[in-house]
Amino acid sequence: MPAAQIKVPGGGRITIPHYPVDRVGTTERANSFTKRSIKTESKLDALYLALSMVDLTTLEGSDTPGKVRQLCGKALRPMPPAMVEQIEKEIGKKIRPIPSVAAVCVYPSQIATAAKHLRGTSVELASVATAFPSGQLPADLKLEDVKRAIKLGATEIDMVINRDAFLRGDFQTVFDEVVAVKDICSDEAHLKVILETGELQTYDKIRFASWLSMEAGADFIKTSTGKATENATLANTLVMLQAIQDFYDDRGRMVGMKPAGGIRTAKQAIQYLVMVKETLGNEWLTPQWFRFGASVLLNDLLRQIMKQYTGRYFDNHYFSLD
Amino acid sequence: MGGRALETSTAKKKTKIPQNGTVVETKSGFKYEYSPAPESKSIVKIKPRYELFINGRFTKPIAGKYFKTINPSTGEPLSEVAEAGANDVDLAVKAARNAYDKTWSKISAKDRGRYLYRIARILQERAREFAVLESLDNGKPIKESRDVDIPLAAAHFFYHAGWTDKLNYAFPGAKISALGVAGQVIPWNFPLLMAAWKIAPSLATGNTVVLKPAETTPLTALLLCEIFQQAELPDGVVNIITGAGATGASLVSHGDVNKVAFTGSTEVGKKIASAIAGTNKRITLELGGKSANIVFEDAALDQAVEGVVQGIFFNQGHVCCAGSRALVEESISEVFIKKLKRRMQQLRIGDPLDKNTDIGAINSFEQLEKIKELVEVGKSEGDFFEPNTRLPSKGYFHKPCFFNNVSAAATISRVEVFGPVLSVQTFRTPQEAITKANDTPYGLAAGIWSEKGSKVHEVASKLKAGVVWANTYNKFDPTAPFGGYYESGFGREGGIHGLSAYLEIK
Amino acid sequence: MKVLKTIKLFIGGEFPRSESGRSFPINFHDSEKIYANIAQASRKDLRAAVEAAEVGQKSWGFMTAYNRAQILYRMAEMAEGKRHEFVGLLKDTLGISDKEANKQVDEAIDAFIYYAGFADKFQQMSAAVNPVAGPHHSFTTPDPVGIVALICESHFDFGRLVSNIASVSASGNSLVVVLGPECPAILQPLAEVFATSDLPKGAINLLTGHLKELYPHIGSHMEIRSVSCQNEDTEILYEIKKLGTSNMKRVVPRYENVDSLKAITDFVEFKTVWHPIGT
Repeated sequence: MPAAQIKVPGGGRITIPHYPVDRVGTTERANSFTKRSIKTESKLDALYLALSMVDLTTLEGSDTPGKVRQLCGKALRPMPPAMVEQIEKEIGKKIRPIPSVAAVCVYPSQIATAAKHLRGTSVELASVATAFPSGQLPADLKLEDVKRAIKLGATEIDMVINRDAFLRGDFQTVFDEVVAVKDICSDEAHLKVILETGELQTYDKIRFASWLSMEAGADFIKTSTGKATENATLANTLVMLQAIQDFYDDRGRMVGMKPAGGIRTAKQAIQYLVMVKETLGNEWLTPQWFRFGASVLLNDLLRQIMKQYTGRYFDNHYFSLD
Repeated sequence: MGGRALETSTAKKKTKIPQNGTVVETKSGFKYEYSPAPESKSIVKIKPRYELFINGRFTKPIAGKYFKTINPSTGEPLSEVAEAGANDVDLAVKAARNAYDKTWSKISAKDRGRYLYRIARILQERAREFAVLESLDNGKPIKESRDVDIPLAAAHFFYHAGWTDKLNYAFPGAKISALGVAGQVIPWNFPLLMAAWKIAPSLATGNTVVLKPAETTPLTALLLCEIFQQAELPDGVVNIITGAGATGASLVSHGDVNKVAFTGSTEVGKKIASAIAGTNKRITLELGGKSANIVFEDAALDQAVEGVVQGIFFNQGHVCCAGSRALVEESISEVFIKKLKRRMQQLRIGDPLDKNTDIGAINSFEQLEKIKELVEVGKSEGDFFEPNTRLPSKGYFHKPCFFNNVSAAATISRVEVFGPVLSVQTFRTPQEAITKANDTPYGLAAGIWSEKGSKVHEVASKLKAGVVWANTYNKFDPTAPFGGYYESGFGREGGIHGLSAYLEIK
Repeated sequence: MKVLKTIKLFIGGEFPRSESGRSFPINFHDSEKIYANIAQASRKDLRAAVEAAEVGQKSWGFMTAYNRAQILYRMAEMAEGKRHEFVGLLKDTLGISDKEANKQVDEAIDAFIYYAGFADKFQQMSAAVNPVAGPHHSFTTPDPVGIVALICESHFDFGRLVSNIASVSASGNSLVVVLGPECPAILQPLAEVFATSDLPKGAINLLTGHLKELYPHIGSHMEIRSVSCQNEDTEILYEIKKLGTSNMKRVVPRYENVDSLKAITDFVEFKTVWHPIGT
């Protein structure tokens, strides 16, 4: 990706730098995080931390208010109280309280239902927007999508970049769309910008799109919609983390990271946390700066937490399946 | 730069009712430290005493002398090992000669291959045991012995097993024959891997072997003898004798050794070459280096930093091809140094058996002292940096460190430290980088970091080094020839090129 | 009356006398009659030849293999033009028959052509793409060692001499050839062949002199990377090997014919290059 000049609102230009990324080296480094062995106390900590970072997501054509209601319940109280009691009785001591997840993430048409259940709680309400997942709608409709979502109570917007414009080299359009969405979000909502790494494919493009999005005002950058053939991987997340690091060094602004899609197990989640810890550092290890876009991950985290306490494995039926 | 887009945004502040409470972190937990994750030692049984392996049997040394081998991460002895005298060496060479004459040169090439395949397989089966023992005796992180040393050693046997009955294809049109008895002396940095590098091609080409492991790391080579027994390798085909420099000297200068192979320091290599100059013994030497790792301004910088870190700190820097001189294009040196420091801060130093250890123990007290001495010299030659990490209270450990802004003439940029010590110099043009990289009597390896293909090829062709890693570093494979130019030694090990070192070709 | 020849050294494409001013006479094989006076190289002449070889190697070693092949072939053409001179010289100084002399010259010309043809082929025969177990392209290619000293002390045979020179030269090495007492006069026409074949100056240098005087300097010279030894005296060979450890010289005894690919690859280093494969 050659460097590109971008016009910014209010006049002036910025440069999105040329920053090549080597795929093999990146993959090697990413794989090195899977070799970390996180045990005992630090494992329990990591499991709790990961749980608090989950954007519990349902993005299906079949989503209904009933489904969303159940999901919100699970988000607020991931572990059934009866189960907690039973475990505490078995091990003869209190377990650390299980936190709520970070957010619930839904389609725009389910915001109203989710808002009803989440309003006044610590759980954020994230809505995908801008014609998620493809982004293939005219710009005005995409902005309308965002305005409506915020009006209905979304506190976080997960937008997609315009891959049509990006892949034909029209970076100004990509940039302008993010800026426009950010304008609407203002300080009403957090903006997560989805690059859809599976469609960009090369790490050079992922790196470039990360920088472009951050320059345009992204609060978070996010790997993928979960709808592409390849979603979050340790390697593409690493490329984005390194972009965040450099952006912070250069601009002095922290940007959050959200890998999404394909993170299904506690083991994977811990690998991501290890990677964040050993690249961006502890400052980013909070739900404010790091999220997992996931659904089945939550139950695996719960199972692993209970395993840490009891030494036994549980199957999903001991938790609620939503 | 400008526009509102750059402003930091703040999330909407809302009244929040905490459910179930918030995350409670423990002070020893994930964010602060990884809990210890030690690999179990129980898989390996270390005997209180090891004998010499001569003619298929463990044999007491004639003089009855033994020496201790130390666990460098604690400084405590692991076991005691026989010291072979000249008469023991003679017995071992006789056993190898006898095996060469009576069995090894008589059996079919196919069967030679079968033995090597067996050895490879058993080694794979017992990999964990070897990895633990290697880390105990050498001090290297279990992560490396488990993922690099042992699998590569097995791969070496596997690769060479396939050559035994295809040697004629390797040298078409030439007449080839085995040399006879190979006397081999190996270093302490990759004890089992170096044994495999030496033994596998010798056996594949039809030679028999007397091998001496380093005196500080004899245990995995001795454990390998058990595998030879399990594989029913004919007696005397491989003999392992232990001891220090004197044992090695009597081995290489033994009159009935046809081929000498040595990996180790250039200083000792020169002595060996000189000692056998008055003979017709064939020789291969894999010696020291002061390899340059060149980072151009158009490099993929994060991978380059990682490559420089892996290039010098892999195996505590006890690597002959370690990228101990970083040459960084001046235009990016500031950001490079910043990233390098940040990355080094993440290196975990400690118990070699902990699965999360990146940098283990220095192999011996003597080596640690040598490194410390050179680091002291370096402090007057450049800007010193070491990460803010703690070292274990016992054992032989040294922090990874580097010296920035050193001159090409500085001791720290010329002398092989053989430890986790990097020197950093800058350059301005590709030509200057090439000149600086080649400005050493060594010629083992070099690294190039640039995303411009034509530049990579130009620089690679002009570097006087036997191995050039472009946009990668410290990659090893049994199929890829390895070895140096100039004072880094003679000959190649691995690949089709490595075979010729063990064959007479006419 | 015939003009008495004085044979001079061949260094850096020039024909200097020895800096020492020394020369020695060569007689016709069967008489006390002087065939020619010939310069006797000193330690300093050796040093000058190595310096010239260093310059020569930079052009010769970085030429395309096709170009080197053309020049080696040109040597054959030039040698053919001097056939009578070579034959006469071999007969006069060695006392061999016309048939034998012609045979040696034939073999010498053949060797130039043979290695001209090899200059752009040994790479593919000795290089490799290594099937490494990972996402890397790894390949191994030959690289000339640099400056090679070639000692021709005994077993003189014109065909063998040219074969040894051409095989070492074909890969891009530069040479300092020391011709011993058996047929030093060959220097003159051979140097003329090299001087008229578009060979870069210094790529091949020819000296005559006493090996006993020169070999310690060959052995210990740090710029000489390799030595091809065609001499009977193993004392000298061993001594050169021993001295050569100062810079880890590759010392190759070369009295008998070897596999011709090996004759080339004994004087190259193999370089293995790795590069990741990934978008």
